[in-house]
Amino acid sequence: MAFITANWSPLGDTFYRKTELYEMCWTLRDGFKDSLVAAAPYGGPIAVLREPIRRSPSSRPQLDIFSASGVSIASLTWKSGPVVHLGWTVNDELLCIQEDGTVLIYDLFGTFKRHFSMGQEVVQTHVLEAKVFHSPYGTGIAIVTGSFRFTLTTNIEDLKLRRLPEVPGLQEKPSSWLVLSQDRQTKVLLSVGSEMFVLDNTSCTAVVPPGLSPQTGSIIHMSVSFSYKYLALFTDTGHLWTGSAHLQDKLSELDTKQTVTPKQMVWCRRPQSQQPSVVLMWDSLLLVAGLSNDTIQFALDESSVLVGEMDGVRIVGATRQELLQEVPLVCQDIFKIASMAPGALLLEAHREYQKSSQKADEYLREIKEQSMLGEAVRQCVDAAAHEYDPSTQKSLMRAASFGKCFLTDFSPDSFVSVCRELRVLNALRDAAVGQPITHDQYKQLTLQVLIDRLVYRQFYPLAIEICHYLKIPDFLGVSRVLKHWASCKVQQKDLSDEAIARAVCGKVGDSPGVSYSHIAAKAFECGRTELAIKLLDSEPRSGDQVPLLLRMKRSQLALSKAVESGDTDLVYTVVSYLKNEMNRGDFFMTLRNQPVALSLYRQFCKLQEPDTLKDLYNQDDDHQELANFYVTASYKEQRLETRVSLLQSAVDEFNKARNDFCAKATEDEMKLLRFQRKLDEEKGAGLQGLSLQATAEVLLSLGLHKQAEQLYRDFRIPDKRYWWLKLTSLADKGDWEELDKFSKSKKSPIGYLPFVEVCMKHNNKYEAKKYVSRVTPEQKVKAHLAVGDVHGAADVAIERRLDAEISAVLSRVSSSDRPIIERLQRAAAAKK
Amino acid sequence: MAAHLSYGRVNLNILREAARKELREFLDKCAGSKAIVWDEYLTGPFGLIAQYSLLKEHEVEKMFTLKSGRLPPADVKNIIFFVRPRLELMDIIADNVLSEDKMHSPREFHILFVPRRSMLCEQRLKEQCVLGSFNNIDEYILDLIPYDGDLLSMEYESAFRECYLENDQTSLFHTAKGLMTLQALYGTIPQIFGKGDCARHVANMMLRMKREFAGTQNQILPVFDTLLLLDRNVDLLTPLATQLTYEGLIDEIYGINNGYVKLPPEKFSQKKQGEASKDLPIESKKLQLNSAEELYGEIRDKNFNAVGAALSKKAKVISAAFEERHNAKTVGEIKQFVSQLPHMQAARSSLANHTSIAELIKDITSLPEVYSSEAFFDKLTVEQEFMTGVDTDKVNTYIEDCIAQKDPLIKILRLVCMQSVCNNGLKQKVLDFYKREILQTYGFEHILTLNNLEKGGLLKPQTGSRNNHPTIRKTLKLWMEDANEQNPNDISYVYSGYAPLSIRLTQVLARPGWRSIEEVLKMLPGPHFEERQTLPSGLHKKRQQGENRTTLVFFLGGVTYAEIAALRFLSQMEDSGMEYVVATTKLINGTTWMKSLMDRPESQTA
Repeated sequence: MAFITANWSPLGDTFYRKTELYEMCWTLRDGFKDSLVAAAPYGGPIAVLREPIRRSPSSRPQLDIFSASGVSIASLTWKSGPVVHLGWTVNDELLCIQEDGTVLIYDLFGTFKRHFSMGQEVVQTHVLEAKVFHSPYGTGIAIVTGSFRFTLTTNIEDLKLRRLPEVPGLQEKPSSWLVLSQDRQTKVLLSVGSEMFVLDNTSCTAVVPPGLSPQTGSIIHMSVSFSYKYLALFTDTGHLWTGSAHLQDKLSELDTKQTVTPKQMVWCRRPQSQQPSVVLMWDSLLLVAGLSNDTIQFALDESSVLVGEMDGVRIVGATRQELLQEVPLVCQDIFKIASMAPGALLLEAHREYQKSSQKADEYLREIKEQSMLGEAVRQCVDAAAHEYDPSTQKSLMRAASFGKCFLTDFSPDSFVSVCRELRVLNALRDAAVGQPITHDQYKQLTLQVLIDRLVYRQFYPLAIEICHYLKIPDFLGVSRVLKHWASCKVQQKDLSDEAIARAVCGKVGDSPGVSYSHIAAKAFECGRTELAIKLLDSEPRSGDQVPLLLRMKRSQLALSKAVESGDTDLVYTVVSYLKNEMNRGDFFMTLRNQPVALSLYRQFCKLQEPDTLKDLYNQDDDHQELANFYVTASYKEQRLETRVSLLQSAVDEFNKARNDFCAKATEDEMKLLRFQRKLDEEKGAGLQGLSLQATAEVLLSLGLHKQAEQLYRDFRIPDKRYWWLKLTSLADKGDWEELDKFSKSKKSPIGYLPFVEVCMKHNNKYEAKKYVSRVTPEQKVKAHLAVGDVHGAADVAIERRLDAEISAVLSRVSSSDRPIIERLQRAAAAKK
Repeated sequence: MAAHLSYGRVNLNILREAARKELREFLDKCAGSKAIVWDEYLTGPFGLIAQYSLLKEHEVEKMFTLKSGRLPPADVKNIIFFVRPRLELMDIIADNVLSEDKMHSPREFHILFVPRRSMLCEQRLKEQCVLGSFNNIDEYILDLIPYDGDLLSMEYESAFRECYLENDQTSLFHTAKGLMTLQALYGTIPQIFGKGDCARHVANMMLRMKREFAGTQNQILPVFDTLLLLDRNVDLLTPLATQLTYEGLIDEIYGINNGYVKLPPEKFSQKKQGEASKDLPIESKKLQLNSAEELYGEIRDKNFNAVGAALSKKAKVISAAFEERHNAKTVGEIKQFVSQLPHMQAARSSLANHTSIAELIKDITSLPEVYSSEAFFDKLTVEQEFMTGVDTDKVNTYIEDCIAQKDPLIKILRLVCMQSVCNNGLKQKVLDFYKREILQTYGFEHILTLNNLEKGGLLKPQTGSRNNHPTIRKTLKLWMEDANEQNPNDISYVYSGYAPLSIRLTQVLARPGWRSIEEVLKMLPGPHFEERQTLPSGLHKKRQQGENRTTLVFFLGGVTYAEIAALRFLSQMEDSGMEYVVATTKLINGTTWMKSLMDRPESQTA
């Protein structure tokens, strides 16, 4: 255990350590000689492009993609133009920036995805240098062209090229430059000799780093920290200036005594750093320069590449890879020689306990006396999280667990979660997977991103294991993995549609949140329509199936799926699509097979395209609806001839529909219309459009009795209604004489009570009384009461001896009329 | 403000609050002052969700009704259209947007589709070249609107017509969606029963949607035990009959719209001494009717014949309460009395209102004046004859006389349809007679309406098969000879003898179960079915001894107030063990229902 500090080097009042991550799995001829190398942060993949500039047809450049541990993921011969710069996006896609400004995007497996250009003018002037940078907006690219102008885009997913203003008097390549992302703005910082400029969207501003004496010479290299907070400048006299990236404060200045331009210069900090440093690399020297003017020097025995991380620097060499970082404070506390920190004592106590030594008790007592046991456990857990070596992790966790036994109310949460996380981290760090991320990075990246990265690498089983192990809800974890897996699976050309569909459905099943339509869309993009249709069958959301089916021109299927969904708007959408796509005949035929769609389309036509509606009914031989259609149409017409001819069409259709009643009724209407017109012309009666009843009423009110009589006969108006009609019409007119005549014309089919009532309605008691005697006995009481003849009513009621009638009369007798009341009561009593 | 929604077994205020929250969120999306342009149809339903004050809090300064031409001037930053997804409305919106003055300070346009956005409508806006003018196109999912403590309505008027005449199942899709929303708030409903084609379709969609949402399984303890879906066409008879409960009669006579009724003003004028009595208010009196009003809650479901007694009892209680003041001696007692005053005064004015309404109704329904042609009583007698199966196969002289006297067409149609339903179709001769009478008297254009009624099964010729209505009537005990209107012991009191078929089905389902009436169910149209939805383990209710079960009864195509009254009666029966919550596409009565089925071609010659 004492060896833990063996790789520690003091810097100022803290320590730095270099931990070996991997013996690299690759075999690189000549190391990184003549190669462009891009290694993604957070232990991401590494791309190596050999001899990018040599342009002889016989030896083309070779592009290799490795995992961080050097496992080859892809290897291809570069067939496009000369590449200036390589870089990785946040989604693990490789950006290859060519001399002519074209940017080609490849996925991890070397498959070409797409390309775009950094501007037309670059084709002539060429890209001199390029940088890939990351900001909250995504992955960006900045280039400097042969005419010494800068162009950048902050997000390649949403490409907006910005050409930055000219730097006045710039006649040569800037000696160094970098991209700053500050205050939601992206700027370029560049140096020309000893001068420095900041370029933003609109202006070019000269800047001077505070406290940098002019004698220190020209700035030939610069570097910004991972978080864009700190800036380091290296001058040709070997001075290293560090300060804030806003160029407002200076942190330190140091003479490195190296005058050659370093190959790389990278910030090495960690959150809550005690002593941030800048790591400079030359051919065979690695210099860690702290802010306290202290340095550490390492000899380099192979050409290497530095990769800046949020909490350290990875040194990738041809044969091995190391992580250089400031030793986390908690680890220093525990492992520093002769440390008396509670964690250190607890670790010691546990070690003695394992040896069955009573010293364990002494150490424990010592911690407990200071009541620091909780702190001790916390320290061990925290330190374990920062350690890379599993056996060190284990001994720390065991010590923590040991200490926990003596505590009663210590929350186990952090212990449990660190255990779990370490297990995941160790699995990720395994050389076969090759993602050497630290615990801090893990926290920063979030689990979601981590799983995505595993998925990009197609480590599906591991990703699912992790999801299960960390108990991530299915729709956030396993489902996402399965979705990617399935999208990838459908691209496998060597498998039959059947096999793939079976495999996908088998694995995905009905996992929540996996969209079959998404997978099917992928399959369709790869030209596998049949497979896509098979997959869509498993999609439970019919709403999602429809748009894709339409895109695949499976309109019939789309229609039936839309109908199945019950979403009428969706059906309408497909129908209107079909209407535009198909010829009318086919369109109608298609609808015919889908009654639901057909009736919806009819609804649409009713409001929007009445003529189409007619065609639809015609096609279906729906004579009843056709007839209704003609009837409706007839009312929209002004001219009588047109109306009648439309009604004739309706009659024909009603006949075809074997609806005799309607046919007859429509014929009658035609007859009535003609009759009305005739009278309108002859007498100006204003009958057009009235109902038969209303027509007869008008005729009677005009005294046209003969014509009314004709209607009665021609249209076979029932006697009863005709009597009512005549009765009310004559009463309305006040033609009491005619009414009297009419009442005697023959025996009334409606009796004479209505005569009484109608007369009373017109307040003509005199006339009303005339008819009372002719009312049938059953209604006589009512009739007498109607004319207000209570005595008459009483007489009839007493005679007929019906309870209901007697009580009806009683209710109308005024209470003062004692004799009648008594007579009625007697009659009622006598009956009982 | 809407406390009455939370009184019931199920707290429907949760639903209302969810709807309000969504509305606020949308309004806040459009920053700055706003004017709302309303699809007029929506104002009623929205009133049940949010008053103007809520809109005002979110900077709504003006409100207009949607109509063609230029928008009225308003100095606001945002114009928001609240519309149903209908093509004809899109054309109006496009017209509004296009005639907007381009020089005028730019205003932002937004559309809020209720209840759902539609690709078809957006396509239409695109064709009209205005789609790009909208900053926001959103949907406001308002399917089921809480109407009262135990009542949800979609306020979707044309549902019955669309489903049964036009084979357009849009309303059913919204129903299914609404039920999914309800389940998201109140838990998965474990049991679904249904009767009718539409019910089957809704249940199928619900089960399908549940599969679609698989994984986002909600973890709410189910509030409803059972869902019963009933097609309106299973029971065509009930809405045709005249409702005889207090609320039902108010609706039959004056019409209740979105919870409000408009009444003739005469009886409500404040008669102050010395004032000339001829200054009667001309505007009709608008009253909100719901269970927030204590007295109304007590009497709404009573048979109208029992309302008078209830009112006078209440009057005694209130005046007794006012008399209390004479007994109040100490300062403490007086203080207590005063603190109750507002409540008592509210009760007194509520009593005054309902006494007036009851008088109005009484005037119309009381025993007939001898020569009143609109005789309410005669109509009722005929209805009851039909319901008991008396002479349903002959031309009815009362109907004949009503036609001859040109009574309102809707009254005629209600009666003729009722006769047809009670006779399982009319003899061809009888049917043709009625139809001819109607066409000759009211005009040929009604041939379209008659065709609609035939299509909807309300009016039909008798086919070969036997008239099975008597069997249905007997098995389900649809006619109770001695209905007790004052102290009811059976649901038949709501129609003074007739027990609504739909409610009998609901009642039998609860006990003893539909298996006992298989025969009758087969006679009624459409399939009957039962589905179960599995609950996540741990959500199975552990029922307390004697705890009631809750059933949501969904009427597809509309429900009447009398039917709701009958269900409330069942909920209150001590031994029923079941409480009911009602949901429907629309609250209907025979008149509004008939109106929705009528077709009236617009005549150019008139």
